[in-house]
Amino acid sequence: MEILMSVLAGILFTAGTYLVLAKSLIRIVLGTAIIGHGALLLLLTMGGIKTGAPPLLGLESTAYTDPLPQALILTAIVINFGTLGFFLVLSYRSYQELGTDDMEELRGTEDE
Amino acid sequence: MNNLVILPLLIPLLTGVLLIFFRKQIRVQRYVTTVSLLLLTVVTIALIHQVSVEGTQTLNLGGWEPPYGIVLVADMFALLLVLATVIVTFCCVLYGFRTVGEEREKHYLYTFIHFMIVGIMGSFLTGDLFNLFVFFEVMLLSSYILISLGGEKGQLRESLKYVVINIVSSMLFLVAIGYLYAITGTLNFADLSVRIAETGQDGLITTVAIFLLLVFAIKAALLMFFWLPGAYVVPPMAISAMFAALLTKVGIYAIFRTFTLIFYHEAVITHELIGWLGVATMILGGIGAVAYWDLRRILAYNVIIAVGFIMIGLAVFTEVALAGSIYYLIHDMIVKALLFLLGGVMIGLTGTNQLREMSGMIRNHALLGWMFFLAAFALAGVPPLSGFIGKLLTLQGAIDEGFYVMAAVGLITSLMVLYSVMKIFMNGFWGENQLSVEDEKMSTKGLLFPCAILAILSVGLGVGVEWVNVYVLQAAEVLNNPQAYIDAVLQN
Repeated sequence: MEILMSVLAGILFTAGTYLVLAKSLIRIVLGTAIIGHGALLLLLTMGGIKTGAPPLLGLESTAYTDPLPQALILTAIVINFGTLGFFLVLSYRSYQELGTDDMEELRGTEDE
Repeated sequence: MNNLVILPLLIPLLTGVLLIFFRKQIRVQRYVTTVSLLLLTVVTIALIHQVSVEGTQTLNLGGWEPPYGIVLVADMFALLLVLATVIVTFCCVLYGFRTVGEEREKHYLYTFIHFMIVGIMGSFLTGDLFNLFVFFEVMLLSSYILISLGGEKGQLRESLKYVVINIVSSMLFLVAIGYLYAITGTLNFADLSVRIAETGQDGLITTVAIFLLLVFAIKAALLMFFWLPGAYVVPPMAISAMFAALLTKVGIYAIFRTFTLIFYHEAVITHELIGWLGVATMILGGIGAVAYWDLRRILAYNVIIAVGFIMIGLAVFTEVALAGSIYYLIHDMIVKALLFLLGGVMIGLTGTNQLREMSGMIRNHALLGWMFFLAAFALAGVPPLSGFIGKLLTLQGAIDEGFYVMAAVGLITSLMVLYSVMKIFMNGFWGENQLSVEDEKMSTKGLLFPCAILAILSVGLGVGVEWVNVYVLQAAEVLNNPQAYIDAVLQN
């Protein structure tokens, strides 16, 4: 299972990187979102996926799944959502203001 | 356990929230901001005093003992940076009162400045890697907003790039945390240090260390600084000054913390790499600073050079060199803010940021000119100003340990720094006076006071080495001796 998850994280990273390198702004936004998912999945896999019962106190089970990665991911998801939301709004505003969503045209090396 | 440690986070957080309710009352916002920053200064000085007497202070949040709970650690290194952060913010905010404009102030400028401070303070004070990530994000999200606040074309364009780069590097940070957790099973700095010392730093851990270095290097503008000049040029000067003084320093702090406390066993690989990255950064930054005729870009490239220089101290990794780096770090925070604020005044007066279009300002603005002169000399490391001691100690350490190339590049780039800032001084302040007082685009009323505070501090840091050195040496001692940090965290 861990190997499968690692491969999946790898695929997500590949797709995300491909999208981030695109010209169009909305693809870049989606690319960062997909990279984010890959990172979270990897974090979950790295903590060990399932080694025992849920991390709740009980009398029967002796082995518990490590709750820490899940806590970390919960925090990271919130942060991801926050940045993604901000990034979407920012790109929309930029599209309105600058009139283009092509990153090639947003280089801006000229002295202003 | 010391509850005082949480106050540098709590005060700006609560103030930031409070300010949301006073959106329209700008005067109230300004008073509250001033009071909270002064309060923060008092708290930090009290903490520094306490740490210098009793040693490193920690706070286990919620009473959970480390390594299981979240821990805040206030050692001297972190606290000195916290104090510098507070002072720089205070001066930039004072300057911002007159320059930023009502529109931005009404759109929660001070709130986000406070939230950014929370992120910066948190990054300095946190005792585990994941919280470092969280505080980084708090800081970055606020900085995204501060860059794009105002919605001018240039701001939106540059903030897009800044946001993309930082989101991607944050995700890499998360991946690095995952790998490190898989290998060691802990994220607490002190615990990580203990476990890696026990099992030895094998190739896998070194790889993760370099991966983390990559992440922090993007944030600190170490070699990967391509985003910096654009992003630091677009916001209003008061905010640019805060960015230049604070944001890259958090990345530098993270590199110092991880590579002195956790990954110090393979110094031949990692620290050497950091040193050469620093050398490349200095050279490229120096070329940038010399090449441009745009005042703001020259200053932005000067930020990059300083990052490279500070890294030499870490590469050398002796107590003298580390003390030099810490000293230079604090000096750089103060003097970069000063330079950006003075540059802001110059741009404000002339209405342009092209050096070729300004001249002769010293006729009407003698104080401004002399302060710029002072800042330029401090930046280049002319004694007895603040930059000198840091450079001296770092280079002394480098030469003692045989890092001659790094020392030489450090000295040569000092000349490039001096050339680039003297170019600003000569073009802006010498020559024919083109502007009469009536032609100027704004008045300097109230703007020179925050600059004067920073200038006096810069001189004070240089002349008062005897007093400051006690604290800097204590900070370097903790960095050089990880056991002190570990004991403070794990045996409470």
